[in-house]
Amino acid sequence: MKLTVPAFLGRMAFSALAALIGVVFALPLIWFLFAPFNARAELGLAIPNPWTLSNFFTVFENKFAMQALWNSLIQSVGGVILVGAAATLAAYALSRSSIPGKGAVTYVLLLFSSVVSGSAAMVPIFLIVSAAGLMDTHLAVILVFAGGLLPTAMFILRDFIDSIPKSYEESAMVAGASPVQAFFDVALPVIRPGIVVVVVWAFVNIWGSFLIPFILLRSDTNMPASVAIYSFYSEAGTPTVTLLAAYALIYSLPVIVLYLFVSWKFGFRFFGGIKA
Amino acid sequence: MASVEFKNVSKSFGEFNAVSNINLSIGDGEFVCLLGPSGCGKTTSLRMIAGLETPTSGQVMIGGDDVTYLHPKDRQISMVFQDYALYPHMNLADNIAYPLKVRGEAVAKRHGRAKEVADVLKIGNLMDRLPSQISGGQQQRTSLARALVYPSRVYLFDEPLSNLDAKLRLEARGFLNHLQRDMGMTAVYVTHDQAEAMALATRIAVMDQGKIVQYAPPIEIYRRPATTFVANFVGNPPMNLVPVDAIQGDGQLQLRAEGLAIGALPMSNGIAKALETGKTLTLGVRPEHLLIATEGSPNKVSGKLFANENMGPESLVTIERGDGARVTARIFTDDHIQLTEDVTLSFLAEHVHLFDSTGKRIPVDNEAPLA
Repeated sequence: MKLTVPAFLGRMAFSALAALIGVVFALPLIWFLFAPFNARAELGLAIPNPWTLSNFFTVFENKFAMQALWNSLIQSVGGVILVGAAATLAAYALSRSSIPGKGAVTYVLLLFSSVVSGSAAMVPIFLIVSAAGLMDTHLAVILVFAGGLLPTAMFILRDFIDSIPKSYEESAMVAGASPVQAFFDVALPVIRPGIVVVVVWAFVNIWGSFLIPFILLRSDTNMPASVAIYSFYSEAGTPTVTLLAAYALIYSLPVIVLYLFVSWKFGFRFFGGIKA
Repeated sequence: MASVEFKNVSKSFGEFNAVSNINLSIGDGEFVCLLGPSGCGKTTSLRMIAGLETPTSGQVMIGGDDVTYLHPKDRQISMVFQDYALYPHMNLADNIAYPLKVRGEAVAKRHGRAKEVADVLKIGNLMDRLPSQISGGQQQRTSLARALVYPSRVYLFDEPLSNLDAKLRLEARGFLNHLQRDMGMTAVYVTHDQAEAMALATRIAVMDQGKIVQYAPPIEIYRRPATTFVANFVGNPPMNLVPVDAIQGDGQLQLRAEGLAIGALPMSNGIAKALETGKTLTLGVRPEHLLIATEGSPNKVSGKLFANENMGPESLVTIERGDGARVTARIFTDDHIQLTEDVTLSFLAEHVHLFDSTGKRIPVDNEAPLA
C-alpha cells in the first residue's frame, strides 16, 4: 500500500520526535558507560581517548570504597534472607489458614510499611535503634529494612500463593505427608518463582538505598557503597568525576548480574496449576 | 480395604450448611458414588472422609475406627483430585512415587514400584516427563497411579474424569470399572454425571442441599427413584414429569393433564395415602419408555413437535404440550418414523411412576425387592 504524502510526513515527524525523546533518555546511560573508561572524564559527554582502566585501578586501591561494597553486600544479603524467609512463612500462613481479619491485617501492615522505611519515621527509628544499642551496626540497617519491606513482600507473595491451588498440599497430606513435609516438598518449590521476585525486589531496594544507612551508621568501616559514593566529592563539594563514574559502574553491576542470573535460572516465570 | 461410615455428620461454613446430619454406611469393597448437583455437599462429604474438612458435628469412621479428628496423613487413604494436583516441579516418576517417599522408601524401590503401576496405566514410557509435558488423559492416569502406588484402606475420587474430553472419559470410566472388579477396593466417588455413577457404583447416594435423598444400588435408583428430584437427575435424558390432577372413584384413579390421555389406574393403599396430602400428583415416564403412538394405544400424550435430535441409533423427540411443558422421548431410529407437526406419544401403564404432592414416590402395594 502506498502512503499518501501527508501520512508519510506525519510518520516522519512522529519518528523524529520519538528518536529525540529516546536520545534524551539515552544520554545519561551513554555517559555512564563512557565516563568510567575516560581518564579525563567530566560531566559532559565525551568518547574516551584513549580508553583506559586507570579509573578502576584508583577505585580498587581505595580501601574504604572496597570495604563499602562489601558492607552493601552484607546488608543486602542479610536483609534479603530475613525478608525472604519471613515473608514466605507469613504469606503462606495468611493465604492458607482461616484467621479472622487476616485481610485487614495485611492491608494495615501494607499501609504503614511505607511509613516505616520512609523519611517521616526517621526520628523514631533513630531513637529506637539508639535505645536498643544497635547504632552503627549492620544489624540495625538489616532490621529496619526488613521491617519496611516485609509487608509489601508478604502482600505480593500472599497474592501469589492464593493463586496456587490448595490441592497440591492436600494431595501430599492425603498421601501421607505432614504439613511441614507438604510445605517443603510441594508448596515451597511451587511458590519459588514468587519468592525469587520478592528477593530480587528486596535486594535492589536495600542495595540502592541511601538514607537509612546514612542515618544509622557512623563509622567508615560500616558504610555501604551508596553512602561511600559521597567520599568521591572534594571538600568543596565538587565531584571527582572520574572515580565517581568508575565506582558507579561497579556499584550497579551486582544488580545487573542478579537480574541476568535470575532470568537465566528462573526466567521470572510461574509454573502455574495444571488446567484447574 | 475398609468400610466407611458417617454418623449424624453435619458441616457448616459460617451460615451455610454444606452437609446436614447425614448417615451413610459404605461396606468393605463397595464402590459408592456421591451424586448430585453442584453445592449439594458431595465434595464436602468426601473431604471429610479424607480429613481435609472437619465435621461441625458427628463422627466419621473408617474400618470401625473413629477418624473424625485424625490428620489426613494418618488415615491410610488415597485420593484423586479433580485438578489432578500433580506437582509441576517433579517428573512423573517422582510424582507417582511421592507417597512412598514420605513413607521413607529407598529411591530404587519406590521408583521400581512407581514404574510397575505406571506400566499398568500405560504411562511407563513417560516417567522422565514433567506434568506440563503430557496430555490431559496422561495427567489423569498419573494422578490415578499416585493413588494406587501404595496400599490404601479407602480410595477417594473427586470428579476425576470431569476435565477429560468425552471419548477419554468413557475410556477412563471403563478402566476404573475394571480396576474395581480387579482389586475389590473400597471407593467413594464424587460426580455430578449420573451416567458415571450408574456405570461405576455398587450403590449411589443421591444428594441434594446437604442431605442424602436416596441411597441404593443403581438399578433401584433408576427403576424406583425415591423422589422427583432423583427421577429428574438420573437418566439421560431425565424422566418426564407431568403434574396431574387425581380424581378418585369406583376403586380407580383418573389422571388429568393438558394433552394427556391415560386409562384408569387401579387404586392402591399407597395412592390412597398419598391423596390424603394433596390431589395433585406427579406422573413420571422415562423417555426410553415412550413410543410414537399407534391406533389403539391406551395411554397417550400429544403436542407440537419441538425438536428432533438424531443421535444415530436413536432420536430424541421433544414435543411441546398445550400448556408449554415439554416431553422428550427416545425413539429407536430403526423404526423409520415419519414425524408430522402434531405428534402423539404412547406408553404402557407399567412404566408409569407416581409421586405424591410433596414429590415422594408412591410405592406399589407389596412391591418385591429388586434383584
